[in-house]
Amino acid sequence: MNRTGSGCSDGLLPAGQEKAAGQPLWLLAELTYKCPLQCPYCSNPLDFAGQGEELGTEDWIRVLQQGRELGAAQLGFSGGEPLTRPDLVELIREARALGYYSNLITSGLGLNERKLEAFREAGLDHIQVSFQASDEEVNNMLAGSQKAFAQKLRMAREVKAQGYPMVLNFVTHRHNIDRIDRIIELCIELGADYVELATCQYYGWALENRAQLMPSRAQLERAERITNEYRAKLAAEGNPMRLIFVTPDYYEERPKACMNGWGQIFLTITPDGTALPCHSARQLPIEFPNVKQRSLGDIWYRSFGFNHFRGDDWMKEPCRSCDEKEKDFGGCRCQAYLLTGDAANADPVCSKSAHHDQILAAREEAEQPSAAPFTYRNERNSRVFCRG
Amino acid sequence: MNLNGTPTFNPLFRFQWEKAQDCYVLLYPEGMIKLNPSAGEILALVDGNRSLAEITAELEQKFPDAGSLGADVREFIGVAHEQNWIRMQ
Repeated sequence: MNRTGSGCSDGLLPAGQEKAAGQPLWLLAELTYKCPLQCPYCSNPLDFAGQGEELGTEDWIRVLQQGRELGAAQLGFSGGEPLTRPDLVELIREARALGYYSNLITSGLGLNERKLEAFREAGLDHIQVSFQASDEEVNNMLAGSQKAFAQKLRMAREVKAQGYPMVLNFVTHRHNIDRIDRIIELCIELGADYVELATCQYYGWALENRAQLMPSRAQLERAERITNEYRAKLAAEGNPMRLIFVTPDYYEERPKACMNGWGQIFLTITPDGTALPCHSARQLPIEFPNVKQRSLGDIWYRSFGFNHFRGDDWMKEPCRSCDEKEKDFGGCRCQAYLLTGDAANADPVCSKSAHHDQILAAREEAEQPSAAPFTYRNERNSRVFCRG
Repeated sequence: MNLNGTPTFNPLFRFQWEKAQDCYVLLYPEGMIKLNPSAGEILALVDGNRSLAEITAELEQKFPDAGSLGADVREFIGVAHEQNWIRMQ
């Protein structure tokens, strides 16, 4: 399973064979896989426990410098829980000096007033706090932690008190989506600037737990209706809070234009320095380069991994002759791989895909609540997915 | 909106020159708005101290061939206010 591209085969394309690419405007720095929570829909790889050693401060600073030179403007500090990195303040300070808009994507666990002040002083621009639910019991059940909810509430209030822009992120699924009205009310009370009501995306841990997570169509439609009612209410009250409702692609007939195209605007660096065109791509049977061996410029423009699904030469039918291929690029390569075994296939979300029946079966399954327990994202469960 | 007032940025947005884009931009949580040259020149003078009248006067001095800019500045500031990029004090 270890395809970190750290061997001798992380070759580069010969000059002139690179495919067209935009600038990596978005740099996601996954600083660590350590996390005090165990959310069963975590976007980290299933085998995170078997990945290499974390990059040091100097490595990260070099990555930030090179990323900025390539045109990156948005920087996400993510994880795992990025607060577990003792050098976070230093990295924030460097990011600000380089001109990044820096976003801290955190569970709020491990945060306190003093750290918030230090981050502010170092130049952190924005904090996103993730919640699992609107009430303590469900939140803590999903987070696999007894103290999580109270701490999150306290920190969200403190984030606003210190004048940061704040995004609250709720990953929604069948266990919390029926309380979307309470989720939104909580966000209003906490003074969020943006609220992401992001339906679970079924990769990695979430795919393992899909039967327990995926909402029924009726649940989803109700949640969307209530969200729209709140949008109208907020507008009427002059409340600038924005509600961003991310529909699950499992209920669509056409796939999402994943990452705005492979290797076009988004660059993820994982804790051990592996560079990926999206945070799920590590599961693909493709070798990806590592920042310890290559400059970010070579990685972005010349590595095999980042060129792999650029353009449309790689496409098969029905994508190849499809008049919508410019619009959605055939959907998500990871989803194609996870559900069909071939990353060059059409994303099965597309009704033209020969594998679309898998999506229909998942929708069917979502009509029946599953009694099976969650596979929580933790070190012990991750070891099961590590091979070698 | 008070057109006699002083514009300041909504703290949700950060304004800066972006070399890679060759233009001024507004950065906000997980997003970026690229500004056209005239919008950039106007917002570059928004510092919480200059009034709208002062911003207009400075621009007219900087671009003497452009003639009177009051209407253009007011129109853009109206849009920026509507977009919630700036506040008027």
